[in-house]
Amino acid sequence: MKATANINEFIITRLIKLSGYSAILFVSLIFFFLIREGVPTLAEVPLDVLFSSRWYPIEDYYGIVPLISGSVIITIGATLIAVPMGVGTAVFISEVAPRWAREILKPLVELLGGLPSVVIGFLGILSFTPAIRVALNLPTGLTALAGSLLLAIVALPTVVSVAEDALDTVPRSYREGAWALGATQWQTIWRVTLPAARSGVLTAVMLGIGRAIGETIIVMMVTGNAPVLANKISSIISPVRTMTATIAAEMGEVANGSVHYHTLFFIGMMLFIISLIVNITASAVVFRSQKRAEKVLS
Amino acid sequence: MVTPAMTDKIKIEGFSLQYQDGTETLRNVNLSIEKNAITVLFGPAGGGKSSLLRSINRLNDPEDIKQIDGHIFLDSEDILSPKVDLINLRRKIGMVFARPVVLPLTIRKNITYGLEVMGEHNKARLDDAVERSLRQAALWEEINHRLDDPAVALSGGQQQRLCIARTLALEPDVIMLDEPTSGLDPISTGKVENSLQELKKQYTIILVPHSVQQAARTADNAAFFLQGELIEFSRGKGIFTAPTVKKTEDYVTGRFG
Amino acid sequence: MATRGGFFKFDRNNQQKLGFALLSLVALLTILPIIVILSMLVFKGGSAISWEFISGFPYDGMREGGILPAIIGTFYLTIGTAIFSVPLGVASAIYLSEYAKDSLLTRIIRLAIINLSGIPSVVYGLFGLGLFVLFLKFGTSILSASLTLSIMTLPVIISTSEEALRAVPQSFRTVSISLGATKWQTIRRIVLPEALPGIITGIILGLERAAGETAPILFTGAAFFLPNLPTTFFDATMALPYHLFVISTQIPEMPIRIQFGTALVLITFVLGMNLLATVVRSRARAKRQW
Repeated sequence: MKATANINEFIITRLIKLSGYSAILFVSLIFFFLIREGVPTLAEVPLDVLFSSRWYPIEDYYGIVPLISGSVIITIGATLIAVPMGVGTAVFISEVAPRWAREILKPLVELLGGLPSVVIGFLGILSFTPAIRVALNLPTGLTALAGSLLLAIVALPTVVSVAEDALDTVPRSYREGAWALGATQWQTIWRVTLPAARSGVLTAVMLGIGRAIGETIIVMMVTGNAPVLANKISSIISPVRTMTATIAAEMGEVANGSVHYHTLFFIGMMLFIISLIVNITASAVVFRSQKRAEKVLS
Repeated sequence: MVTPAMTDKIKIEGFSLQYQDGTETLRNVNLSIEKNAITVLFGPAGGGKSSLLRSINRLNDPEDIKQIDGHIFLDSEDILSPKVDLINLRRKIGMVFARPVVLPLTIRKNITYGLEVMGEHNKARLDDAVERSLRQAALWEEINHRLDDPAVALSGGQQQRLCIARTLALEPDVIMLDEPTSGLDPISTGKVENSLQELKKQYTIILVPHSVQQAARTADNAAFFLQGELIEFSRGKGIFTAPTVKKTEDYVTGRFG
Repeated sequence: MATRGGFFKFDRNNQQKLGFALLSLVALLTILPIIVILSMLVFKGGSAISWEFISGFPYDGMREGGILPAIIGTFYLTIGTAIFSVPLGVASAIYLSEYAKDSLLTRIIRLAIINLSGIPSVVYGLFGLGLFVLFLKFGTSILSASLTLSIMTLPVIISTSEEALRAVPQSFRTVSISLGATKWQTIRRIVLPEALPGIITGIILGLERAAGETAPILFTGAAFFLPNLPTTFFDATMALPYHLFVISTQIPEMPIRIQFGTALVLITFVLGMNLLATVVRSRARAKRQW
């Protein structure tokens, strides 16, 4: 009986350890398959075509620059909206709001984070994009602007919750020190609390950007999906097409193993690398600040 | 190889221990633990008493240990040998910690836990163990009507005696108690000390007391530890009345520490 | 001088009042979307909900009838995701909390988990297509879609479960070991039961996200329209998020009532799980005694 117990323990411990490594396995597998299916495009599509500004796969134009520009413009727009609002909301929740307000706000922000993006996209095309069209007197409301605004909604909960965590870790004594020197609560927030939490807030911003650049369904529904180079200020009120939407819209219709198929995987590979950079940067910021905190404590 | 004297349950020979992080070290400790007696290990905090208890129970994580030397014999088996069956060892040497930590189970399950993980599922035998160990820990009369309540509902003093009972249920040879009364009021402390006097008839007891007074009250034999060294050891209570080493005298008379 | 000081103070207080007003406004703006979205769905979708809508099949190019296949499909996908991601995710969390030392390998694992959680959902779709649908030849199926969603859900389950496991006091483990229990016995009998509410909360939150996702199932298992319910794990399936996407972008002259009804059902499904997670969490908090 004892022997079987030992064998059980041995097997279970092995299984647990194996599961522990699974995250590494999956990240590697994902990268491997993206490379396997995406890299052939570099041999099939001449580089000057690949990095041209014309995306028209039916006639073998695989220029990904318009798609990148679409992703960039929408992400910048969403970040410009979501960061100040998210950080402001986090400051309000953690520093200013009375208890009852906090207890209403936090679950609502969490709820917003749990909302399926397809629902946001649905209400976006139904009532939001027509409103934009009328308000700005445009031929269509399906624009980069609509994408940015709705992506801001998606990124907001991430920014709020991470930034709020960062503010929570600022020791109370910092604030009390500032108050004791005669600073108002408002001055304390801007000159002491926020600067002390800046690395966490930076992480919040990075993760918010990550959320925005990777979002697919919403941008596919509300940005008009025109693969036009977005290089002017006016591009913000024109239809654009992002990298994610391109994959989602076209993958279903391509022949497996075709040039088009490989190029879509290539775009996916780029997205993967971008998210890798964003997340490693974000966590590097966190690790660095943790180390600093340990030094202060010891 | 030295075999321990008949009346000695544990014999520690040239034992040294150093942790990776440089905290609490023990240097060349030689000590005999008499059978069916209370051996008290006392001295200021950081002297290595708890480390010694943890070593006897092999509770130290091997990765935390930088260096370890010497021998600890239980009867004639070297506890520190890599071949030792740890589960079996911990069954023979029970440990009670400073803060009463009851497991998040019922009172009954707290006591039967050690038996059940060893594969004992016979209800009658488990019930016997519950009653026997609770009686030995002087807790049976107080709580026998509510054995299926969560153990956390007990008072601090009851929780600590439950922890003792939980150890007794395993019928160990040796019971080690690391400041078992540090968080208790004087009445509960008295109850625990009284039950220790009863228990020593059947078990070998190693106690780290939480004060010199408790050491003097409870000790059959006593060992004084200071900064990782065993300064003085005496059979009987002589160490408290007529210490032979200056450092011991300073400590028991309250001149430092 | 006194007046100047007074004026200065007055000025600072006004600055603070203005600032706080601005912050409240921002916070209000942040929660405005969720309030607007929920009320729109309830008011406009509520009238679409009927027994026929929930339990019927779509017909007339999906412009009439119910959404049963999509509901069932989302249910299947959620179950399928749970089957793969829960054991793996919880075991992985146990490893990180109970076994892993602070080593380079552990740091790499943590980095991998952070990266998994950041990969765009459509990239998961690509990966699922490449590995499960084509390479392993599972086809466009519930199996492929569930596996894809599982990997996406994994980081959520791992991090929340690990947090729950770490919250169990270390002393319980020491006591259990000192009573002669093995490491696994300690985990199974003491640590896991204590951490269970937190783990369940994490699982539900992870599955909730999987249930609402569209992009990862686009090319791995979602079907535009199916006349029959799927019968095996190798069949493709309709699903609520994809169905909502289809009927709000792909079908002309779609009755708005059905769109709102579908969105309301989807959101009830997802937010119902969210509510469940909140209940489990708060009940466990009330019960905790250490």
